[in-house]
Amino acid sequence: MKLTFPHMGTLDMVLSDLFSRLETDFIIPPKTSVKTVNLGTKHAPEFACFPLKVTIGNLIEGLEAGADAVVMVGGIGPCRFGFYAEVQNKILRDAGYDFEMIVLEPPTTDIKDFMKKCKKIAPKKTLWQIFQAVRVGWKKAVAIDEVEKKVLKTRCFEKNFGDTTAMHKKALAVLGKAITPREIQMARDKALSVIDGAKKDFENNPLKIGIVGEFYVLLEPCINFDIERYLGQKGIYLERSVYLTDWISFSKKNPVMGLSNDEVAKAAKPYLSHFVGGEGQATVGHVVKFAEEGFDGVIQLLPFTCMPEIIAKSVLPKIHRELDIPVLTLVIDEQTGRAGIITRLEAFIDLLWSKRKKKLSIVG
Amino acid sequence: MKVGVPRALLYYKYFPLWETFFSELGAEVVLSSPTNKRILNLGTEAAENEVCLPVKIFYGHVISLKDKVDALFIPRIVSVEGGAYTCPKFLGLPDMIRALDVDLPQIISPTFNLKLGLREFYRSVYELGGFFTKNLFKIVMAFQKGLNKLDSFENLLHDGHLLNEALAGRFFPAPKGRLRIGVVGHPYNIFDQYISMNLIERLQKKGIKVLTAEMVEEEVVDKIVTGLQKKLFWTYEKDVVGAVFHWLDAKSVDGIIYVLSFACGPDSLIQILIEHEAKQQGFSVPIMPIVIDEHSGEAGLVTRLEAFVDMMSRKVGSEKS
Repeated sequence: MKLTFPHMGTLDMVLSDLFSRLETDFIIPPKTSVKTVNLGTKHAPEFACFPLKVTIGNLIEGLEAGADAVVMVGGIGPCRFGFYAEVQNKILRDAGYDFEMIVLEPPTTDIKDFMKKCKKIAPKKTLWQIFQAVRVGWKKAVAIDEVEKKVLKTRCFEKNFGDTTAMHKKALAVLGKAITPREIQMARDKALSVIDGAKKDFENNPLKIGIVGEFYVLLEPCINFDIERYLGQKGIYLERSVYLTDWISFSKKNPVMGLSNDEVAKAAKPYLSHFVGGEGQATVGHVVKFAEEGFDGVIQLLPFTCMPEIIAKSVLPKIHRELDIPVLTLVIDEQTGRAGIITRLEAFIDLLWSKRKKKLSIVG
Repeated sequence: MKVGVPRALLYYKYFPLWETFFSELGAEVVLSSPTNKRILNLGTEAAENEVCLPVKIFYGHVISLKDKVDALFIPRIVSVEGGAYTCPKFLGLPDMIRALDVDLPQIISPTFNLKLGLREFYRSVYELGGFFTKNLFKIVMAFQKGLNKLDSFENLLHDGHLLNEALAGRFFPAPKGRLRIGVVGHPYNIFDQYISMNLIERLQKKGIKVLTAEMVEEEVVDKIVTGLQKKLFWTYEKDVVGAVFHWLDAKSVDGIIYVLSFACGPDSLIQILIEHEAKQQGFSVPIMPIVIDEHSGEAGLVTRLEAFVDMMSRKVGSEKS
């Protein structure tokens, strides 16, 4: 059995680490490209959300490369994501692919089924060994995210264009080699100091922008046109509302982002008082938090037709009126072009600068 | 007290219950007028452009109603059965309306969530009744009366009456033609005559007997969807899928028209389930999806309907001979 899985940011790095620990055969599908998107759009329903289309493209490319099993996670709604696996299964079979579909439903719904699926993924290991592998792999995943967080925060200070990105690559390579918990701990410290290796100029006072939205388009740079790198290199200090491990984590605490789910929901309460699936309420809560922390602006990313984010977007004007924080919403799908996104980002940055100058002139 | 109920979305599911409940408690229920061009325009202007058509229409109804009433009834209906949700949009609806930059009357928006059990559900009922009276007994009686009304309304649907006729309480004899077409989709799309461009009446004029998902009983739906690999966690979409599967299984219709609104989240995925199932059955019952949005034109719909009906009558004719 050769497993494949969809891409999502650094997920391939995390999963290949885990599968090697479990001695499971796997194939990483080619990086998400225009071809992937085209394949997905061809097979997926017209107004399914964009991540479904891209992941179907990933899976097709993975199966074409020789995989014969797919691993996906399920869910209990109300966001469409919970139904992805079922729909992917039907679409791929209708398209003539033969494979085994392993869907990991949340263990809270059916723990026995969850353990059975785990055993299926790692037939050579006992449940205890699987648990240990996940525990150690988790540490590495958190370290990868911590490095990413640091990159977002410090890229705006770099003296030489592109240094931070190069150092990020180096840091990930360092982490990639770590295997035992001790090595991971050491590699984490080393990777973080590697990022510091890029020459920095802490004199400037950068714009601060928070990035919020649906996790898939946030985490997958191939889909969001790597806007984080673009903004960072424009000298903008960035913070993001969700990292990969925050999203996977079952606990309410978010290991990398820091704010717990309850805190975020509380911040969202005056504007969106009920959870709406996906990151809808979290998006609203994070916008409020960013406004309170004095960020200059917020960028919301969402895939076209994403239900929870549309609800969030609908209440954002009220936050804007009351807390005076500019929010730029970027809707992404297969029709989105890089030039359009960049133009809007440039305009947004200009707006934020002029807003800040106005503020300073009033104070001065 | 005048309570405004927008004639959109879940009005098509629960209005008999709401109306009875409010009038039993001494409130006057004010309905917005049927959807028209003005309401649609009000809605599309006020709502974010990514929002789906039925929710835009809902915005339009709210705005057209807001100055005529003392309070607007916009419940947050999270779940209507254990283990399943409604659509996420219903979960955020009151907040979306509150975020509008217009003067709104008081918004009554109790949260109904059967996932949390009956106790929480009735707590919400008391909370809702509390707006009108402090008399607990009166609230319980009013709600019971409302439920009875809803029951008889749903029985009318199960007996084969169309939803709009059952809501209005006026019934017309069904056409005597041979063809039977199942029309599925959300009732707020199909039975809003402005959105659906009189789809059902158009079919009936051609002498076709129209069946809708509401006519299929819950037990039948629940039984047939157990065949799905994964349980559907959207109640209203489960009803649609269940009805289609039932018709495909029983061959009780000659064709199925599936009405979706553009950018409807759940619809986009259950479309796959329906098409997959039809394919498994060798497309013995033809299915036509019709996607509608605020730009849909009547001519396009008419042409497609005519082609579909022609094809079916030819098919049925050749089978008979």
